[in-house]
Amino acid sequence: VTPVLAQAQGPKIDWAGLSPLVALLAGAVVVVMAGLLRPRVVRETLVPLLSAATFGAAIGLGIWQLGEAKDLISGALRLDDLTLVLTFVFCTGGIAAVLLSWRGLAPREAAHGEFHALLLSSAAGMFVLIAAQNLVTLFLGIELLSIPLYVLCATEMRREHSLESGLKYLIIGSVGSATLLYGLALIYGATGSTDFAGIARQLNGVLSDPLLLTGIALSIAGLAFKASVAPFHQWTPDVYEGAPTPITAFMAVATKAAAFGVILRLFDVALIDAQNDWAPALAALATITIIVGNVGALGQASLKRLMAWSSVAQAGYMLAGVVVGTQLGVSATVFYLAVYLFMNLAAFAVIVARERQTPFGDDIRSVAGLGAQRPVLAAAMTLAMLGLAGIPATAGFMGKFYLIDAAISGSYTWLGVVIVIGSMISLAYYLRVLAAMWMQEAPELGGAVAMAATGSRPALAGGDAQVDTVRGQPEVWLVAIVFGAATLFFGIIPSPLFDLAVRAGSALANLV
Amino acid sequence: MTVHLSILLWVPLVGAVLGMLLPGPAGRLPALGGAIAALAVAIIALINFDSSASGLQFVTNEMWISELGIHYKLGLDGLNLFLVLLTTVLFLAAMLWAALQEWERPRQFFFWLGLAESGVLGALMAQDLALFVIFFDLMLVPFLFLTGGWGGRDRVAAIIKLFIYTLVGSLLMLSAAIATGVLAPGQGINFELSALAQQRLPVGSQEWIFLFFAAAFLVKMPAFPLHGWMPDGYRAMPLPVLAVFSGILSKVAAYGFLRVVLPLYPDASVHFQELMLLIALASVLYGSAMAFTTTNSRLILGYSSVAQLGFITLGIFALRPEGAQGAVIQAVNHGLVVFPAFFIVALLAARAGGSEDIRHMGGIAVRAPVLATLFLIVAFANLAMPGSSNFAGEFLILLGVFRAKIVIAIVAFTGVAMASVYTLRLFIRAMHNRVGRDVTSRDIRPADGLVLVPLVAVILAFSLYPQIALHKGEPAVVRSIAAARQAETQPATARAEVTP
Repeated sequence: VTPVLAQAQGPKIDWAGLSPLVALLAGAVVVVMAGLLRPRVVRETLVPLLSAATFGAAIGLGIWQLGEAKDLISGALRLDDLTLVLTFVFCTGGIAAVLLSWRGLAPREAAHGEFHALLLSSAAGMFVLIAAQNLVTLFLGIELLSIPLYVLCATEMRREHSLESGLKYLIIGSVGSATLLYGLALIYGATGSTDFAGIARQLNGVLSDPLLLTGIALSIAGLAFKASVAPFHQWTPDVYEGAPTPITAFMAVATKAAAFGVILRLFDVALIDAQNDWAPALAALATITIIVGNVGALGQASLKRLMAWSSVAQAGYMLAGVVVGTQLGVSATVFYLAVYLFMNLAAFAVIVARERQTPFGDDIRSVAGLGAQRPVLAAAMTLAMLGLAGIPATAGFMGKFYLIDAAISGSYTWLGVVIVIGSMISLAYYLRVLAAMWMQEAPELGGAVAMAATGSRPALAGGDAQVDTVRGQPEVWLVAIVFGAATLFFGIIPSPLFDLAVRAGSALANLV
Repeated sequence: MTVHLSILLWVPLVGAVLGMLLPGPAGRLPALGGAIAALAVAIIALINFDSSASGLQFVTNEMWISELGIHYKLGLDGLNLFLVLLTTVLFLAAMLWAALQEWERPRQFFFWLGLAESGVLGALMAQDLALFVIFFDLMLVPFLFLTGGWGGRDRVAAIIKLFIYTLVGSLLMLSAAIATGVLAPGQGINFELSALAQQRLPVGSQEWIFLFFAAAFLVKMPAFPLHGWMPDGYRAMPLPVLAVFSGILSKVAAYGFLRVVLPLYPDASVHFQELMLLIALASVLYGSAMAFTTTNSRLILGYSSVAQLGFITLGIFALRPEGAQGAVIQAVNHGLVVFPAFFIVALLAARAGGSEDIRHMGGIAVRAPVLATLFLIVAFANLAMPGSSNFAGEFLILLGVFRAKIVIAIVAFTGVAMASVYTLRLFIRAMHNRVGRDVTSRDIRPADGLVLVPLVAVILAFSLYPQIALHKGEPAVVRSIAAARQAETQPATARAEVTP
């Protein structure tokens, strides 16, 4: 009887290591309670402040834990620099999402407390997912991440597109989760272990087992849904377009970081000995994703759809870092996730700002003539577009450089060339945005006529002069300027970011 | 005395940024000041340049990104010294020219010009492969905005074409450059050109890398089958911008062959020598033929540039010291000639009722003797009149090609003859003949002379004394083609047997 009891006492819990997760969950509880209070100022100011502070606290606790490498909760989670650096990425994305939604429609319609609590619990799911080193925690993480996001997509409850977006994401996300679960079960069946280290130990004996191969294939498919890797990306443009823009921004940067975090850990730790099986498959997926994403973006008139397709393409680039299965590849992927965060947030901030001030919604016409009207916003958007296209002196260039470097070092030279070919295609649509901003006149705002013509909903203020300045929405401008500047800064002085990326890569000590 | 190349590199950008911060029309002054300062530093570098020393001078070398092995390494030698001078001269001239006109959003205009100057100088002075690629791509971005923001009709379509063409080349070059660093035998990744030249790549890798680099450079020049962006781009660019674009950016591509491709990929350079010579020859013939059939004066100059760059490429891929030396001189010459030629086109258009078509010109020389004289000097230089420095350049190029491939040299000679046809056609149709319907002949204003006269003076000075470039350039040119010469006489397979 005694040994059973001893086991039942439960694992030792390292609260320090778990502290970022605890902060996020506690923040979610506090925020949902504060949202119940009556005064408007509490709901509209205190709740977002608390939410942002929680993300800040999680980052702070992460910085405190940086350099640690330990297993949490009997090896269910792994706290190392990879976990922490990616935590910085998605928490920064969280802060930006809070700022972008500050004056937005979504928190008002869905109630502020709930909106921010969902955001925080989704982030908690991301932490669990990135840190997971057990198939069960992995699945727990992915569900905790996804379910709040399904709801968040539908938070602009009076807009059909938002509801449609939430529903689509729910259905397709569930299919993805189910596929993943099936895959994980088969991997467990083949190796007899749910623990990543255990799987890695058993792997060599079962390499040719069809059970294992099917399991890996289904897991790739399931995770590809989350990371919007083609051909599992079809939901991305619709969901990105329909969701409230701050949530789109959060999904683009944070979900991507979490999905790649778990892909890195699953393939590079648990399944590394089966690399010969999954690497060619992932390389093929990366190629398809790069081509499909970039070609899909070409004809888009909606900026959010354009960013969605571009995010598909960028996922393809990042997959190259996974394919090679080296520490350099991990570092390059993490580095790219960080610069991808800067570029996307700058772009989405500008989209949010323009949505509120023109009647065109997120149509490309909303930024036409921006260079003459609002040079600062246009500059931020320009840096974002140049960065995404991989032009030198932006962080995006460094990211691509690093990824191509990793691909070629890992004997995937052709994949490096595919990345470059993808970038070429991408120039066509990023240039279109630049051309609209700097080389076209702003369209005449014919009020109702323009709105009727676009068929889009009137923006929050429908071209109201009130929000047309910094004073109208300082937090959105702040996000645009800070992340635009970061795109430039880390393109010229990338060393601090490289430092973090290399630490994250070294965390997977089993790799070369 | 040492010269800090970082100052030379960044001072135009600093001026440009200061200009953005100053209010009102004063905004153009700092940019102009930056260009003047850059020219001053370049002249100091020329004076202090030790032509007896071999190797790089005034080197700045810092580790920039240690994780990627990228160095911030700048240096001057005989290959780039005169191109750097040319850049500072032409950008100053372009800024003066632009300052004489009114622009919308002038501060932004001068900001982009200043950034462009820093970008070009960086590409010319970089001694690290990754740094070279970074500047090579970066220098295009300002032209995107300059053309798109201040260009003529159909500018958006033109820049999209221009940028897709040129950045496609540049991106291919990026992957090739990274591959060079990664695949180089030896410990750790290091993009320094001097280090890469020591660790030669296997022939198979050299070949595809060579093709990627060649694509980037040939598009930028532009060379014959890859010139599709040129007519639209040339029509759309504002003239001062076009003059520096045509005068300098194409030379950076030619320079890239000498600085990067020949020393780093000598076996591939020998392997593809005939292909490159044929492309160059095709550019000479096609460019010349188009230049004397088109009537748009911008495009006449544009196609003549295609032909001239063809000559320069011929000189480089002769893989002979004479040819390469001729190429370096000719690169400087062409820049010096084409810039004032575009300036003259602007003056002609102003006298021909705004049209840049030579059919609408004619008889402009009547009341404009000074303009006619200046134009004649430029035209003579362009057609490589004996006595001009262009003559020396073309002579050396053809000498080099003669020694390498005699048949190609014989065909290329026709290009020299055709150059006089299209240049004189432009001159005669514009300045003489019957006076055009909307033409009002008048001489140049002093302000225009401020831009044009010094440039013509530089052409004359360089014609009288081209030895200065030949003399200072020789050791660097010989070093640049040494590896390819060796590869030509002793193929890689034979070398491998000698050194197991």
